[in-house]
Amino acid sequence: MERNSSADLLDQPAAWSDPAIAGDSSATAEPARCFHCGTRCRGEVFTLLEKSFCCQGCKTVFEILSENGLNDFYSLSENAGVRVKRATRADQFSYLDAPAVLERLVNFTNGKLTRITFHIPSMHCIACVWLLENLFRLKAGIGQSQVNFPRKELSLSFENEKVKLSEVVGLLAALGYEPELKFSDLENHAKKPVNRRLWLQMGIAGFAFGNIMLFSISAYLGLDSFSGPGFKKLVGYISLFLALPVVTYSAWDYWRSSIISLRQKLLTIDVPIAAGILAIYAQSAYEVLSGVGEGYFDSLCGLIFFLLCGRLFQQKTYDRLAFDRDYKSFFPLSVTRIAHGTEETAALAQVETGDHLLVRNGELIPADARLVSGAAVIDYSFVTGESEPVEKQAGDHLYAGGRQMGGAIEIETVKAVSQSYLTSLWNQEAFRKENSETLATLTNIFSERFTRIVIAIAAGSAVFWWPTSPALAIKAFTSVLIVACPCALALAAPFTLGTALRALGKRNIFVKSPVVLETLARVTAVVFDKTGTLTAAGAGSIRFEGNALNDQEKGWVFSLSRHSTHPYAVRISEALAEEQYPQVVRSFLETTGCGIEANIGSNEIWMGSAAWLATRNVAAPKGAMKGSHVHLAINGTYRGCFVLASALREETEQLIGSLRANHQLALLSGDNDKDRAKFQALFGTESRLAFNQSPVEKLAFIRSLQGEGNTVMMVGDGLNDAGALKQSDVGVAVVERISAFSPASDIIVAAGAVPKLAAALKFSKGAVRIVRVSFLISGFYNVIGIAIAASGSLSPIVCAILMPLSSVSVVGFACGATAWLGRRSGLGEPSQFQSKNKQP
Amino acid sequence: MSVIFLLIPLSIVLAACFLGAFIWAVRSGQYEDTCTPSMRLLTEERAVKNFKEKAELP
Repeated sequence: MERNSSADLLDQPAAWSDPAIAGDSSATAEPARCFHCGTRCRGEVFTLLEKSFCCQGCKTVFEILSENGLNDFYSLSENAGVRVKRATRADQFSYLDAPAVLERLVNFTNGKLTRITFHIPSMHCIACVWLLENLFRLKAGIGQSQVNFPRKELSLSFENEKVKLSEVVGLLAALGYEPELKFSDLENHAKKPVNRRLWLQMGIAGFAFGNIMLFSISAYLGLDSFSGPGFKKLVGYISLFLALPVVTYSAWDYWRSSIISLRQKLLTIDVPIAAGILAIYAQSAYEVLSGVGEGYFDSLCGLIFFLLCGRLFQQKTYDRLAFDRDYKSFFPLSVTRIAHGTEETAALAQVETGDHLLVRNGELIPADARLVSGAAVIDYSFVTGESEPVEKQAGDHLYAGGRQMGGAIEIETVKAVSQSYLTSLWNQEAFRKENSETLATLTNIFSERFTRIVIAIAAGSAVFWWPTSPALAIKAFTSVLIVACPCALALAAPFTLGTALRALGKRNIFVKSPVVLETLARVTAVVFDKTGTLTAAGAGSIRFEGNALNDQEKGWVFSLSRHSTHPYAVRISEALAEEQYPQVVRSFLETTGCGIEANIGSNEIWMGSAAWLATRNVAAPKGAMKGSHVHLAINGTYRGCFVLASALREETEQLIGSLRANHQLALLSGDNDKDRAKFQALFGTESRLAFNQSPVEKLAFIRSLQGEGNTVMMVGDGLNDAGALKQSDVGVAVVERISAFSPASDIIVAAGAVPKLAAALKFSKGAVRIVRVSFLISGFYNVIGIAIAASGSLSPIVCAILMPLSSVSVVGFACGATAWLGRRSGLGEPSQFQSKNKQP
Repeated sequence: MSVIFLLIPLSIVLAACFLGAFIWAVRSGQYEDTCTPSMRLLTEERAVKNFKEKAELP
């Protein structure tokens, strides 16, 4: 018999998620911390084996782990557990077993064994890794599981006959590691091994480079005179053989891209590189086969090796970030459907028009729908940018993407998920064209001129020497191509921009690719979204004025304010939600425009405006404090006031001020224009401000700015900005948490780093200037080299010295100057984003 | 000095072995996640210890 099957856990009623748990919270001196998750225990404390737990969920996880001999979980890291937020119902994940869903979620299945990858945002420490990799001990049928911690991914295999996918996910959820299952998981499963090929190409080039260099040095030092002509021949043939895979496999990308650009009649940097590689290999092969010399194989392999190093350096990938997400990553994979009077969990893809769905507090409306019953208060801030929730009546139309705040509502879908108002944005033209990597990069513009000059010189020197000696003419021609092979030139941009990308990444500005950085340097117009970008959403800027509240009082405030959907109440309750548990609230009453009141235990709590409290004979001091105020009175005594600081993010004024000098500015908001005066003063009269903008209108606004010849940077955060972000030349998505959802964009920036955007723009301009200077330096080396080559006296040893020398000095300059610039340009100190976010 | 004609091919064969090891490492995905193995290392012993205890239970 299997002991303590976790299915038991799933079958338990939802006791611990019930808000009514708390009961009387009479003073205990120092509340114990939960042994599992470290949260302070309030209300009823669950104890087992002299350990206290904050809730039934944590206790159950402890039981499961200890009965299966996984107690070491707790010794690996203190309070390692994740608090189980929500009880899981037995059938909650059963929709996953439907073949249509299962088939598209898994990586591999043969009917007996299935392999699947989950994204689990709540894993945060070494103990989590250990537990997740020991899952096979908790349930028979689960095979090997492996964690990729930076990506927060768990891939595991299970035997279909012994365990179902729904049970696996149920077990994970019961342990507090509920996988994030999004609508988009049903697609794009072919994750390509990112850098694998580049690593291989580089490894082979490095291998050949090292070995050939060893032999060549002995030749340069005159060892062949020592061991006879046979040695020279052997070394020549070995080098020829070793260089073959380098030229064909390692340099493959250069061949391919130069053929493509020649077809488009463009002279990108890859064309002279490919020509140089070809010339070196042909010349060297000729020398070796005819026994004339030993060739330039060392320089050739070194060249390709350095070039690939540059490529690898330039590719900085951020594991936790995704730049290409659309609305599908925002929608859940499952919804609660009401059919024949019972609730069932269904995959979103299976939802049809006319289905009745249950949407609970905090859940999304997945498709355009009609409200059937329930008190709907819909927060559209993410979709339209409106900051205040809207109340709806039964029969009203609800748009997809809104978030229900308050009790559960029942809705009837009127459109399919893929045809809803929100998703129609993705049918816009901007989403259809693939933003291909533009070819007009700095390097390519420079190389266009460079290549023409080089070819002219090569041809000229060949013509010049032809009358004297045709052999010398050919040698001069190939020598010029060899020396001019723009290795240093090709390295300048990758190393400069790669360093710049890292410098910005350390300051929480994550740039998708080096090309984006070049575009950033050209930006002439900056457009801001208001909600969530310039104004901070959520808590963070809440302060309590007056004598500090004790824990009990905080608990009351939290319990009261969570019953209201007023934005201030929501912000206050969110600020306290971390540590507090809801308590039973009686006779709750909300007076619109005044405040809220209720009884908790034997205490009477009032929260609201000063004027409202004054009518109840509670005098609130009138201070000249900035921001919005919510005053608090307990049992008729004034306790103080919550100050919800000015919703503008800190340092926004400085940011706008420093951008105003050099850029055209604009504000786009989906919100109403009650703040117009405030923002007009901030942005200046010359800037355009547009309010009540729909997502499609925002997109059109960006397009019109581009029509005026601007390179536009759009800074936004919500799905409502998705179109504008896509249309703009540089789309900047602002996120509160790095792993949180962000719409498709070119740059992802942490909310705290938004004020640094002005400095980042300046920095990118500086980086581009450094690239240009590096071009000059490498050009200088090329002039020297070409002068030697055109005279027909290039020897392998000169080549072997000149090439690495120019590359190293250019790379050194590029990295050094960029790092220096990064420290100088007011970006601030590098910081690491808080990755230890416990809440999923 | 003619021993060098034997030593050089030998050295290449040896180097090729290392190249082979590198290719195997890349292909088996070891370059894709360089963070988690360092964490796993610290927990490996515990895995074996407790597994035996559990195996004895009915």
